[in-house]
Amino acid sequence: MAWLGHFNYWIFVFLMMAGFYTVIARGNLIKKIVGLNIFQTSVFLLYITMGKVAGGTAPIVPEGGSEGVVYSNPIPHVLILTAIVVGVATTALGLALIVRINEAYGTIEEDEIQDIEESGDKKERAT
Amino acid sequence: MVIAVAIVRMHNLFAAVMLSGIYSLLMASIFVILDAVDVAFTEAAVGAGISTVLMLGTLSLTTSREKIHVRPSIIPLIVVIATGGMLLYGASGMPEFNNPDAPIHQHVAPRYINVSPVEVGVPNMVTSVLASYRGYDTLGELTVIFTAGVGVMLLLGRRRRVKKDPVASSDNTAKNDPDAPEKNAATPEVST
Repeated sequence: MAWLGHFNYWIFVFLMMAGFYTVIARGNLIKKIVGLNIFQTSVFLLYITMGKVAGGTAPIVPEGGSEGVVYSNPIPHVLILTAIVVGVATTALGLALIVRINEAYGTIEEDEIQDIEESGDKKERAT
Repeated sequence: MVIAVAIVRMHNLFAAVMLSGIYSLLMASIFVILDAVDVAFTEAAVGAGISTVLMLGTLSLTTSREKIHVRPSIIPLIVVIATGGMLLYGASGMPEFNNPDAPIHQHVAPRYINVSPVEVGVPNMVTSVLASYRGYDTLGELTVIFTAGVGVMLLLGRRRRVKKDPVASSDNTAKNDPDAPEKNAATPEVST
């Protein structure tokens, strides 16, 4: 069963690489944001995995007292709570930037923006 | 996992956004299984809820089709595989899943678990750590959210003012250059 001990880490690596690939290989800006979200969630999975203890329960003290109850580690949960909220703030900012880019260039494809930039430069040099 | 692959391969952006919502919800249920109920709440509300709404809003303002590329994407693939291999190598040195003797459970966690219900008085340890022991983290998080909110307002508030002005319907800065034809507003030198 030793090989199964790292199964969650494998999933984490796979998801992270899927997100990473989306970010660097796709030209569409919204697709990049979605990839960034996948990337983030994989990191969340890594932290939560590290906090899990065998036979543990959620770190909330039950009403009847807590003798003999094993809790999972609350610290990664706290860190990830913060990270999720920060992540959505980043997403919102990125999407707002995309809306502005779409207004200025009329497209959200990276290479088309590049083309417009270059043709604009040429025009500027010609005048 | 399957959904993540589907998102990467999907060219219809609307479907990709919907799939990312489903992905967040699945992730939230995984967090419940891994005992992180607070995180699962937040992920379900924020990841599956707010993010999806924001992305749908962006799609309605832009376009919902991705251009299909034929350009080769070998280099990103190589980079990704190399990074993934290194990460797998690093992960093999991690303590095993479920192991209660892992270093992460030895440092301050026992103290939080044993003392925080008495010291803070809240039965939920995540809440007490978040608001009390690591209160400055939360303050910093609020700063980040505030900054992001200001940024979004600056970016989108300007746009609304432009839309109200029918004379210069293309861009704010186009007003400075009355000779510039309508088409030039789309070029970068006016839209900085």
